[in-house]
Amino acid sequence: MLLKTVMHREFYQMRDRFRRSTIIPVTVVAVLWLFVTAAAGQAPAYKAPRSADGKPNLNGIWQALNEAGWDIEGHAAAPGLVTALGAAAAVPPGLGIVEGGPIPYQPAAAAHKKENFEKRLTLDPEIKCYLPGVPRAMYMPYPFQIVQTQKFIMMAFTYARAVRTIYMDDHKEAPADSWMGWSNGHWEGETLVVDTTGFNDQTWFDRAGNFHSDALHVVERYTATSPDRLLYEATIEDPKVFTRPWKMSMPLYRRVEKGAQIMDFRCVEFVEDLIYGQLRKQPGK
Amino acid sequence: MTKVKARFQMNHRFLVSVSGLIVLIAALSLTTMPAAGQATSKAYTAPRTPDGQPDLQGVWTNTTYTPLERPKNVTKELYTREEALEIIKNAADVENDQTEPGTILDVHYDFTQFGLDRSQGGMALNLRTSLIVDPADGKIPPLTAEGQKRATERAEARKRMGGATDAVQNQPLSVRCIIMDRAGPPMLAGAYNNNYQIVQVPGYVMILVEMIHDVRIIPLDGRPHLSENVRQWMGSYVGHWEGQTLVVETTNFNGKNPFQGSSENMRLTERFTRVSDDTIRYQFTMDDPSTWTKPWSAEVPMKKAIGPLFEHACHEGNYGLYNTLAGARAEDKKAAEGAAKATSK
Repeated sequence: MLLKTVMHREFYQMRDRFRRSTIIPVTVVAVLWLFVTAAAGQAPAYKAPRSADGKPNLNGIWQALNEAGWDIEGHAAAPGLVTALGAAAAVPPGLGIVEGGPIPYQPAAAAHKKENFEKRLTLDPEIKCYLPGVPRAMYMPYPFQIVQTQKFIMMAFTYARAVRTIYMDDHKEAPADSWMGWSNGHWEGETLVVDTTGFNDQTWFDRAGNFHSDALHVVERYTATSPDRLLYEATIEDPKVFTRPWKMSMPLYRRVEKGAQIMDFRCVEFVEDLIYGQLRKQPGK
Repeated sequence: MTKVKARFQMNHRFLVSVSGLIVLIAALSLTTMPAAGQATSKAYTAPRTPDGQPDLQGVWTNTTYTPLERPKNVTKELYTREEALEIIKNAADVENDQTEPGTILDVHYDFTQFGLDRSQGGMALNLRTSLIVDPADGKIPPLTAEGQKRATERAEARKRMGGATDAVQNQPLSVRCIIMDRAGPPMLAGAYNNNYQIVQVPGYVMILVEMIHDVRIIPLDGRPHLSENVRQWMGSYVGHWEGQTLVVETTNFNGKNPFQGSSENMRLTERFTRVSDDTIRYQFTMDDPSTWTKPWSAEVPMKKAIGPLFEHACHEGNYGLYNTLAGARAEDKKAAEGAAKATSK
């Protein structure tokens, strides 16, 4: 009886120890899993290699591989506007990168978007080699490079040689309106969060005339989901144009070819005749 | 049109006022760039980046009044400190002179509002009488026969293009917002905004030029230059470290932005050495045997400046260029009407 009691007690003690030693780690792992998964949104719990300061290392040359540059909303193939260019300038069909239905334009803004689309050949700032703004810079069909340090994360784009500086510790309000906005960044676990304001009202979202005002506020999230892929998410807010904030998301892919680099796409030269050609001195006048 | 013009002026004033602010903060703290910098650079060891590169990071300016070539009446290599300060003061006074109301300059730069005196922006006190340090006479070496022939051909081609306001392509590259002397390469100061930000990560040094947000992301991985048929405005650049010095070699220029008459075959070597906490010694060597009888080298101090850099959307706000050409065409029209009237009388 005594022996049985002792054995019994030992059994329960052992079982408790076992439970304590496994349950706690299992719980911790489960909680962490939930936390990481929640923090990364849709992303699988991939942990990127670290930079010297222990943050996910996003250095590299990246590029979107989609048709958002033509129209961020889902769209069928369409002819281009320049007859002479035929199929070469046609609009490729795309699924779009806007989440949750059509872009929620206010009624007047919807009319403005339609007008932009109709007059896009003369109004689209890309045609004039103007700085692309944000988020448009992120999904134009050209690569860009991230140069990441603790204090600054720089982004250098092929198109128009545009540049973004993301201030990681010296957060300021935008000192003036600009084409690329003023970006303050911080890390949330695996995710780089960039808050950008201080835009002018001159840039568009795409070649389809989707637009914003100078009240645009963009919050972007960059999360590595594999060694060569980032999940890009952006929340777009503009109370002068939209009825509510809305979201876009897409993967960005690493340019992995040997010697990949941002080459010189200095497009000002290519648009001078378009912008100033009518001001050329006419012979004999 | 009036609105456009007013906006242009406002934009310009804003730009000038921003740089004026930076300028005031930087407040004339002239540090001497040791004329014989070698001695100091040996004593100074630059801090290291986390991956062990000498740390060149920060915002820098290469503003200077020192001319590329030694002035005709000067024979010595170095000024005394007093002479150098006097030259800066006189040059600054000229830049601060009030513009004459109603002139083109007055429209472009209203000096009663904001000074455009570059000495205010903080600059290294350079005792050199020329930026060129080799050859010893401080002058660009003579042109080769081929270099002379090219110079003549270029001048003739330029003449065939017509007057400066006949077409946008006849205007200087900087006015067209295509590329500026600050970007080079080689990088040399202009009248204002001579600001650069250097950022370093493993495998790359990035140089952001404030003017026209021009960027070079220089790879350090030993890759070759681009293939010979790929020609770019800023060339093809690769870098490596030689001790404390970042060496950047650039080839594959497109020949559309010749430097002092260079050909597209010019080979440029730039050296960046941090010689003190607040100074980088920037040296460059031009090697172009089809243009000059021998290579030549120059040296420019870059002084630590106060950031941040602002967006310089040059092309997007280029009302000045549009108005210049539109003004010229209006003059043409007026002249044609005048001539027509004269003949009808």
